[in-house]
Amino acid sequence: MPNNTLNGQIMKNLIAALAVFFSLALLSACDATKTEIAASKDAYAGRYHALPSKPTLLQGATLLTGTGEILENADVLIRDGKIERVGKELDGSDAVLVDVSGKWITPGIIDVHSHLGVYPSPGIDANSDGNESTAPVTAEVWAEHSVWPQDPGFVAALTGGITSLQILPGSANLIGGRSITLKNVPARNVQSMKFPGAPYGLKMACGENPKRVYGSRGVAPSTRMGNVAGYRAAWIAADDYRKKRAKGDEDTVRDLKLETLADVLDGKILVHNHCYRADEMSVMIDVAKEFGYKITAFHHAVEAYKIADLLAENDICAAVWSDWWGFKMESYDGIRENAALLDNAGACAIIHSDDDTGIQVLNQEAAKVMGAAARVGINIAPERAIQWLTKNPAKALGIEKVVGTLEPGKMADVVVWSGNPFSVYSLVDDVFIDGALIYERGSPAHNPVTDFSLGNSAATGGAQ
Amino acid sequence: MRILIASMTLIIAFWTDTGVAATTLVTGARIYTMGPQGVIENGTLLIEDGRIRAVGAKVELPAGATVIDAAGKIVTPGLFVPFSALGLVEIPAVDATVDKIQRGGDFSASFDVADAYNRRSAVIGVNRVEGITRALIAPVAGYSDDPRYQSQIFSGLAAVVDLDTDANYLTRRGAAMVVNLGAGGGSLTGGSRAAALQTLTTALDDARDYAKHREDYDRAARRSYSLSRADLEALQPALQGTLPLIVNVDRASDIEILIALAHKYRLRVIIHGGAEAWMVAEQLAAAKIAVIVNPLRNLPASFDALNASKDAAAILAKAGVVIAFSDGDADGQTRNARNITQYAGNAVAHGLPWIAALEAITLTPARLFGVDNQLGSLEKGKAADFVIWSGDPLELTNYPDAVYIDGHAVPMTTRQTLLRDRYLKLDSDRPPAFN
Repeated sequence: MPNNTLNGQIMKNLIAALAVFFSLALLSACDATKTEIAASKDAYAGRYHALPSKPTLLQGATLLTGTGEILENADVLIRDGKIERVGKELDGSDAVLVDVSGKWITPGIIDVHSHLGVYPSPGIDANSDGNESTAPVTAEVWAEHSVWPQDPGFVAALTGGITSLQILPGSANLIGGRSITLKNVPARNVQSMKFPGAPYGLKMACGENPKRVYGSRGVAPSTRMGNVAGYRAAWIAADDYRKKRAKGDEDTVRDLKLETLADVLDGKILVHNHCYRADEMSVMIDVAKEFGYKITAFHHAVEAYKIADLLAENDICAAVWSDWWGFKMESYDGIRENAALLDNAGACAIIHSDDDTGIQVLNQEAAKVMGAAARVGINIAPERAIQWLTKNPAKALGIEKVVGTLEPGKMADVVVWSGNPFSVYSLVDDVFIDGALIYERGSPAHNPVTDFSLGNSAATGGAQ
Repeated sequence: MRILIASMTLIIAFWTDTGVAATTLVTGARIYTMGPQGVIENGTLLIEDGRIRAVGAKVELPAGATVIDAAGKIVTPGLFVPFSALGLVEIPAVDATVDKIQRGGDFSASFDVADAYNRRSAVIGVNRVEGITRALIAPVAGYSDDPRYQSQIFSGLAAVVDLDTDANYLTRRGAAMVVNLGAGGGSLTGGSRAAALQTLTTALDDARDYAKHREDYDRAARRSYSLSRADLEALQPALQGTLPLIVNVDRASDIEILIALAHKYRLRVIIHGGAEAWMVAEQLAAAKIAVIVNPLRNLPASFDALNASKDAAAILAKAGVVIAFSDGDADGQTRNARNITQYAGNAVAHGLPWIAALEAITLTPARLFGVDNQLGSLEKGKAADFVIWSGDPLELTNYPDAVYIDGHAVPMTTRQTLLRDRYLKLDSDRPPAFN
């Protein structure tokens, strides 16, 4: 994973990035295949740049830093899109002073599992772009090429404090394609939302969905063992391609599918594996070991609590719901304590949404887990629970060095809540992304409205 | 024979009620009665034989009562879910466990889900321990491209049940009838929502005509009707205004037409869904049409719901519309019917007074389905459905300490707590199956 590119300089310096692009393009004119591949990859480079911001000092709030700490009556100083300082009675004489006493501040909320933009509102066939369910392995498709930035779900997610989110292909396929991590800013195209420097993800899916979708058509896979044979066949082909690519074999024809899979084997793309049952997750860990790739996170993972120790040992995050259960056979054993039991076992627990409403209330979903855990004597403090929504998802997306906590030098993705975020009565008052105020409750000037909602909504029409 | 059955029922009742004190006293709690007594600080609730004998600040302590110290706790009426498929669906994706839908066939309005109810469903326990004591169990429409698998606009009859474990679960059969209009109704009637309306008015006209000419109909001396005999009979209480019609509808224009139709036929209507109902709140209040809304719904999920808003509950209530809460998705509000407190809490966050939100999940559904003479509030003579809470019941970090249905303390063990306990510690030498 290219952590060294995650220093924030690149996205600030658009000119430098363009210069690199043009120099690569020039090279490709001279040299043949190899550099051409590199240049064409850059054609999909992100064009996100932070919105204008002012130095801002948020004063006197309760801070959940995401590092496991809670700070009472503390300040956050934001400058040049970064968190400059966190602490008590900070000096910010040149900054815009904002009195947030009585309010709570958290890092921006990060959802590792969203289909916003690929399954947007309204949920009609014409907008349904999340599952390329025409073959069980479609590693060649990229979710970003389906993302509709005008999905009203993006601005609605701001009301839940969402600052970053991973958009994944659906789960019809064994290997569904590349995911993309976005900054939750209103934009005209997906390129302007791409999280700078974030690695790509690969969506894989276990269990009922692939075997149902393909089995019902009389083609493989129709069983769980068929699923596993399908993954293994794909990785065998990917390994072969990767070796040829490494040798620089001139006869190697570029293959989009194998290119993505080979990048996984090279550790450049993170694996996000939809998987419900404990036994299946255990098998998937073996598949990963066979081919030498790492599973970054299991998603949904309703039975993760049954193998919390195994997940901790293998450093695999589990991104779970609070209480989705029983909607299909493989989700029948879901329990509300899942995330808490994982956390207790030292595993990386994440609360995810997979839903355009749930993404607006991830704080409430975590609150349900806290309540359920308390019943069995596991008391999860707010400063710990917030990590399920900030630090841990940042880790799973490979962006933990730049977001996920309130620490100096990190991107100023900051949420101001009207009260304790784990109270059902608390609302998001302000959302800062890279220091820019993107959303402010009750302020028309900071309440983005998508094109779709424009003139189509008698309500506020925007994020609210 | 009849005596034998009656005595067997008594024996069963005795067995299931063993361990339950005939008289129970809950003391020291803040009691939200939701009745004329309002909120009682340091209050006492006296339960006798499953009914509320007394509630107040000062209640005489009867001899031999089991005393439950609830000092510092909150007591509310049991929560009442106004639309669900509890006991009708175990796993939505496992067809053989799904009994909420009737497709095709010779009847629709008369389809009665009550006889499909499975009181042993694991889904019920999961919701019961979260304070749900009563629920409307309702049929829903099945949609298909194949006409043989399409439902009709009448989904059928809903019932009120209690969520206790015993056989005496049926509170009221035929408590409401479910009808589908809007885009959903349109797709069940050939593609246009106008056809759904026409199907409904034709059925109502037929049912009226049938009621006046039953004998002629039985002699085949009357014109044919659009519905079967059973369905025409099922519609009679709706025409008399005693059976409420729960209408699944979202779009404001459809609701405006529904208001006029309800007036013309003197129907009692409850809107379920109602994404855009807030836009016609004044008219709904005047027409005394209640709305069951999802306070978390704010996205234009369909073109019928372009104006969904989280402010809907507060706007409707302010205009005088009676409101209750549900997910809007029949499956979602079944396995997680318990999230009714989350809906109530979010309605409060968006402007609904707290006590109005609590009313919407207790007394209001009892009123909507005609069982408020025995349920919905903590008043003398009513059924002893109540919940003792560790704190504010709408806060998601809080939970019930105990749940009572008809005075019976329900088991707080569920399939989920058993799974939780089995895997709470993973350090055993033996597989969890032995735990």
